[in-house]
Amino acid sequence: MYKITGVLLAALLVTASVKPVNMKQLQDATLNKTNDTLYVVNFWATWCKPCVNEMPYFVKAQDGFGGKKVKVVFVSMNSVRELAAVQQFVSAKQIKEDVLLLNAGNPNNWIDTVDVSWSGAIPATVMYRNGKKVYFREGEFTQNELDSIIQTKIN
Amino acid sequence: MKRIIAVAAAFLLLASFAPEQGYKVGDMATDFNLKNVDGKMVSLGNYKDAKGFIVVFTCNHCPFAKAYESRIIALDKKFAAKGYPVIAINPNDPNEVPEDSYANMQARAKEKNYPFPYLMDESQQIAKAYGATRTPHVFVLQKVKGDYMVKYIGAIDDNSDDASAVKEKYVENAVNALLAGKKVSPDFTKAIGCTIKWKKA
Repeated sequence: MYKITGVLLAALLVTASVKPVNMKQLQDATLNKTNDTLYVVNFWATWCKPCVNEMPYFVKAQDGFGGKKVKVVFVSMNSVRELAAVQQFVSAKQIKEDVLLLNAGNPNNWIDTVDVSWSGAIPATVMYRNGKKVYFREGEFTQNELDSIIQTKIN
Repeated sequence: MKRIIAVAAAFLLLASFAPEQGYKVGDMATDFNLKNVDGKMVSLGNYKDAKGFIVVFTCNHCPFAKAYESRIIALDKKFAAKGYPVIAINPNDPNEVPEDSYANMQARAKEKNYPFPYLMDESQQIAKAYGATRTPHVFVLQKVKGDYMVKYIGAIDDNSDDASAVKEKYVENAVNALLAGKKVSPDFTKAIGCTIKWKKA
């Protein structure tokens, strides 16, 4: 019993807890941070296959550039009604990075806030550093593409 | 006059070589000839009495597309008789997403009793020409002197998650405005959606 509790506790400690946020909270956690960290913000959803495929690349990138201050933030586009399912997914995949669930109402009112070139298709990724947007992409990455873009943005 | 036509033709030719750009509101949309789930080919030109079209790039697998299935049926039921039928087009490569295969499209159309054509854009050229990027992605067209002018691009409404909580029915408002001879506003909106699954090069 103790063992099982211990394992559960360990799982809870290492995996992220999914937080619903509004646009202001998302920006405060990423864009508005004026430190040297590169915030790599990935928009995804549990049902989006290309998104799920590329998530390990982000995890690997964060680990690889660990000493260089790269912070990956996963932003779920799932409905807030699916919060439990998103949490379950994150726990099952043992995702340790921050996972936010953006609950910001009509996407037509906030998609341009992220990037005017974004049509709304996911996956999409935006990078911020020192309070500025330094990169945006609609579509998937390969590990190499992601690593080399991060490399150019942290130098 | 001849010169203007030549310049316009050259421009159109140029435009046809840059399909990735896609249409903006006010552009003339291309007709197409795509295979419907009943095996017949469908073109906009087949609809002699239509005043325009509600062209919806959609698919089987995407949860957003699924969330909108009954709302797309409702659009056709409401507007086909008024001259604006729905034309649904699946642009996805079935090698990427088997759920979006032609056979599965046929099954979905039958299961949901689609009152509109559900076409396969096998070459993906129409999705590229229109500039569709996600499913569902709507283009409302109006017939103008035999051409098809793009009058609205974007989302069906402002709430994919909950049809009962919708405040703005973008497509419905756009078609109603066209029927009333009024300006469409807004004529461009965005929504979260699934990427179109392009063929791997």
